[in-house]
Amino acid sequence: MIRLQPRTETPALLRLAVPVAAALVALALAALPLALAGAPVLRAYASMAQGALGSRFALTEVVTRATPLILTGLAAAVAFRARLYNIGAEGQLYAGALAAVAVGAGAVAAPPALLVPLVLLAGALAGAALMLGPTLARVLLGADEVVTTLLLNFVVLLLVQMMIEGPMKDPMSLGWPQSEPLADAALLPKLVERTRLHAGLLVALAAALLTHLLLARTVAGFAIRAVGASSPAARFAGLPVAGTLVGVGALSGALAGLAGAGEVAGVKGFLAADLSPGYGYAGIVVAMLAGLSPLGTVAAALFVAAVFVGADSMSRAIGVSSYIANLIVAMALIAVLVAGLLTRYHVRLAPGPAAR
Amino acid sequence: MSVLDILLTLPFWTAALRIATPLIFGVAGAVLCERAGVLNLGIEGIMTAGAMTGWLAVHLGAGLWGGVLAAALTGALLGLLLAGLTVTLGLSQHVSGLAVTLLATSAAYFGYRLALPGAETPPRIVPFAPLALPLLSDLPVLGPVLFRQTALTLLALGAIAGLALFLARTPLGLALRAVGENPAAVEAQGIDVHRLRAGAVVAGSALMALGGAFLTLSAFNAFFFEMVAGRGWICIALTVFAGWRPGKALLGAVLFGAFDAFQVRLQQVAGGAVPGQVFLMLPYLLSIAALLAGARNARAPKALMVPFIRGER
Repeated sequence: MIRLQPRTETPALLRLAVPVAAALVALALAALPLALAGAPVLRAYASMAQGALGSRFALTEVVTRATPLILTGLAAAVAFRARLYNIGAEGQLYAGALAAVAVGAGAVAAPPALLVPLVLLAGALAGAALMLGPTLARVLLGADEVVTTLLLNFVVLLLVQMMIEGPMKDPMSLGWPQSEPLADAALLPKLVERTRLHAGLLVALAAALLTHLLLARTVAGFAIRAVGASSPAARFAGLPVAGTLVGVGALSGALAGLAGAGEVAGVKGFLAADLSPGYGYAGIVVAMLAGLSPLGTVAAALFVAAVFVGADSMSRAIGVSSYIANLIVAMALIAVLVAGLLTRYHVRLAPGPAAR
Repeated sequence: MSVLDILLTLPFWTAALRIATPLIFGVAGAVLCERAGVLNLGIEGIMTAGAMTGWLAVHLGAGLWGGVLAAALTGALLGLLLAGLTVTLGLSQHVSGLAVTLLATSAAYFGYRLALPGAETPPRIVPFAPLALPLLSDLPVLGPVLFRQTALTLLALGAIAGLALFLARTPLGLALRAVGENPAAVEAQGIDVHRLRAGAVVAGSALMALGGAFLTLSAFNAFFFEMVAGRGWICIALTVFAGWRPGKALLGAVLFGAFDAFQVRLQQVAGGAVPGQVFLMLPYLLSIAALLAGARNARAPKALMVPFIRGER
């Protein structure tokens, strides 16, 4: 009989090995749907690896896709640390994108050094504002924030469609529903010429570092971790539980909003309803793979982005649906959840329930 | 046309119950899971997967009831996975549920592409036809509203009535409710908490999948991506609104269906002046409002979201 015995502490190496093992298991399990699709499995893997890592362009593409994932991953990680389950990063991302267009598409005229930060700030504020309602509903009424944030995702996406077909519609787009383009001065500069890689990456990396310092080194970060560990204990110790949750909700929403503003100002230059292929939801997987560690989200986001870029290219080469990427990412989430048990428990083989 | 004119017509209420049907299945499944102490956030993906496999089975020639069975089995299988994660392993119900939704949704989409490589327009099937029962369908008022629906609507009503009876009147139902309130006490009675909870999650997930199958086998005649469109999350909100009681859950789902049917008619009358998206937002906003209203005086099952680990208190 297998017994689980709680660990008093987790070896650092194990903490690192668990997400790596989960990612490998998920990649290995992908052989099953690949075989079902009748694809040459080994060639499919090779094609995926080639598509994600095989060229300089592929690598920049992975990093470009990882940029919003770092931010939505941070959004989930910081909120989950306080056990505030913000699943609304997708909606907050689009709210940030809306705000970026509102500020950057001609409403404000300023030099790039001023306008770019302003556009990013507007995105962050919009994301934070959108998360305020669900957090307050949780704190004041006890309404589950998972459901409110999920439902708001649909509302925001409809709002986006309404705006890009109506008030924000680009008259030059020939009937295609998309917003007016951002002014040149509002665009994030490219990091590498003739690729899509943009300065939003530096913003995301800075956000990861600052979030890490906030959680690890500040009083507010301590409060966030304490509320997450046990909110009754935090309350008993005199920590402002409600205030901490509202603050962490705002931070989480702001990070997701920043992702949206970055995609508009860095990649597309305008807002369309297909801005995000589910970056908000994938951010949850990124955060879990990272073990809710802010610095870990960078590595986890690179992995998830590589899966998506690799699957896209494999899909073009071999003709297997690129939904295989979503499948791999979902399996990685389940694998890391299960493997996470190993960080909290010793697995012991014991002769019977009576054995100690 | 005044508001009253809309509300007093029979086709309006027929439409309301039709729109409510997937929600009735979903909310029945959610109540069953949550009364046993497990929050099933796999619902959105389970409905999507049920919609896909139900439709696929019919498309491959299994017949309409074959499709219903395929959907229920899909739901039960995904429920088994969720039960393994949340009941057996005691993992976070929030994250496990979302993981099942992500997995089920992507598996459904992948499976659809696998079954139909390169299909531009989704192939259609012949869906369930409205019933024409002798005598019953000709009753005044009740006839058109209740008995000229498709068979799946009646199945949904039967399921939620059965659930109410099961929870209130059977020993197993009592044990199940107790498991959601105080699992240690149930274990002390010699009842296997894990098995009971897992059973509830499997059965509840099968019901949810039927809600998805209604969409492809009755409401429409094909499978579209994103066709579940948040109905699963709406069911979770309705469960709170209903205070975890099947009767109130049915009422909530039908009121929701009525509101949605009303919104569609309002759109026809007031359309043009207001962008269509405003109307489409209303169901989601209404669900949030219902959740907030329910949360104020909610009496959730005491052990909801608390994993039960043997020998631990």
